[in-house]
Amino acid sequence: MAESNTRSPGGEQKTAPPVLTVGISPHIHSGRTTAGIMWTVVLSLAPALAANIFFFGTRAAALLLVSVLSCVCIEAVCQKLFRRPIRVRDGSAVITGILLAMITPPSVPLYIMPLAALMAIFVVKELVGGLGFNVFNPALVGRAFLMACFPVAMTTAYVDPLSWLEAGSGAADAVSAATPLTLLKHGGMDAVLQHYGSGLRIYSSLALGLHPGSMGETPALLIALGGIFLLFRGIITWHAPAAMLVTVAVLTWIFGGESGLGSGDPLFHLLNGGLILGAFYMATDYVTSPSTPKGKLAFGLGVGLLTALIRLKGGYPEGVAYAILLMNALTPCFERWFAPKRFAEPLKAKA
Amino acid sequence: MSGFQLIVRGLLAENPVFRLALSMCPAVAVTTNVKNGFLLGCAVVFVQVMSNLTASALRQFVHQRVRVVIYTIIIATWVSAIDMIMGAYLPDLYDQVSLYIKLIVVFAIIISRMELFASKNPLIPSLFDGLGMGLGFMFGLMMIGAVRELLGSGQLLGFDLLGTKPLLIMILPAGGFFVIGFLMAIFNTVLKKLGLGAPPAGGHH
Repeated sequence: MAESNTRSPGGEQKTAPPVLTVGISPHIHSGRTTAGIMWTVVLSLAPALAANIFFFGTRAAALLLVSVLSCVCIEAVCQKLFRRPIRVRDGSAVITGILLAMITPPSVPLYIMPLAALMAIFVVKELVGGLGFNVFNPALVGRAFLMACFPVAMTTAYVDPLSWLEAGSGAADAVSAATPLTLLKHGGMDAVLQHYGSGLRIYSSLALGLHPGSMGETPALLIALGGIFLLFRGIITWHAPAAMLVTVAVLTWIFGGESGLGSGDPLFHLLNGGLILGAFYMATDYVTSPSTPKGKLAFGLGVGLLTALIRLKGGYPEGVAYAILLMNALTPCFERWFAPKRFAEPLKAKA
Repeated sequence: MSGFQLIVRGLLAENPVFRLALSMCPAVAVTTNVKNGFLLGCAVVFVQVMSNLTASALRQFVHQRVRVVIYTIIIATWVSAIDMIMGAYLPDLYDQVSLYIKLIVVFAIIISRMELFASKNPLIPSLFDGLGMGLGFMFGLMMIGAVRELLGSGQLLGFDLLGTKPLLIMILPAGGFFVIGFLMAIFNTVLKKLGLGAPPAGGHH
């Protein structure tokens, strides 16, 4: 071990007499690279993306393509401009592009995606130093930016899944549909029941993705499977997602009901909106969430709390994005509060 | 320093908004268009010049210990004056910025120039320092206002230029912060190129 770290570059070790060089820890390399992690994440999202392209047709594919391409191009141009090593191949911009497309309604005008990508990659990530230095999750800032700039498109561009099959491509533009959470916000649980029929049908269409929503909101089961795949590969840990999902479930169960405490429907809230995507793919971001187990638990708890608060009491139907962004801002505090203990206490000055 | 140099210093090397970073709250709050920036800038020029002159004239008589109170009273007097003048003669314009005119009392830039410059300098330099700082502030507000008005509502000075509203966020407070950040970066880069980039004594508020 430690060879790659301790040898000086130049490759003269074979001929020169052995020299002991002292390197700074850590010396053990797990063999895992940024690019490897990023492409595994892309792989884990592939089933959900395929399902979405089936649901929403070419529109979703185009959105995905434009979003990823603009993120990658902007990152490359930024790194060139700032004279940094060009590291677009590590795939982090690809992931930002995919996630950005997944949290945007499928039939928004395509020209807004490069703007969101500019905000996400240039302002949030590259201006502050590039990958590893950003305080906020780039994709979520992209969405928040779009919400502030194009509020009408961002709230009405939802369509019914599979409508492109019935009406032929292109007709999907005209019809906008309400997401289940929007129905819940404006009409209560009755409106949701009226729209989807019985309780069981609500859950099945939510789990399979047969309801209007962004790409990251529809196939809840496939996204969860992708997240579990990441868990088993050891790329993410269970702390933040578990804390977040449990907090939302408990709070919506206690306070979410229309007939008193404890009459809420936690399963409806768990399967709905961007909660699962946010829990597995955004609350676990290496850069913008805490790195210690306790910190991750606290982070997930905070995100869950804010999500439930926005969903139940706030003006927006869905609050995962803002909840994660707000907790991103608190991440440096969590790192300090839950820092690992030192092996030796620092020496105290003589009194 | 000559009077002209003092004015240029207030506009560029020690620009209150982009270099000293003083009075940033109004720089975000009123700058949704150029006109608001201009109006508030005018009021600030008046208050800064008159307060500087008063503080400079009284500098022999104000005791060190009570100077902050005295300065506050001086500023409040001149703010009341411009508030009443604008209310009486320009009622329509006054309605749009009246809240911020009253807030000039607590603008950090005014009292800091009185403390740092006018209390140690004679009348004429204090006049030009106040003029430079006020104009620099006005220049900063109008630059921010121009970018935000153009990108946020597609207009400049109230004239429709773009026909659309490209980026709604620019007329929201968040856009104000973005624009100030970018303009500050550009301003400092340009000054560095011009050889005026020495860091001034920074402020807060």
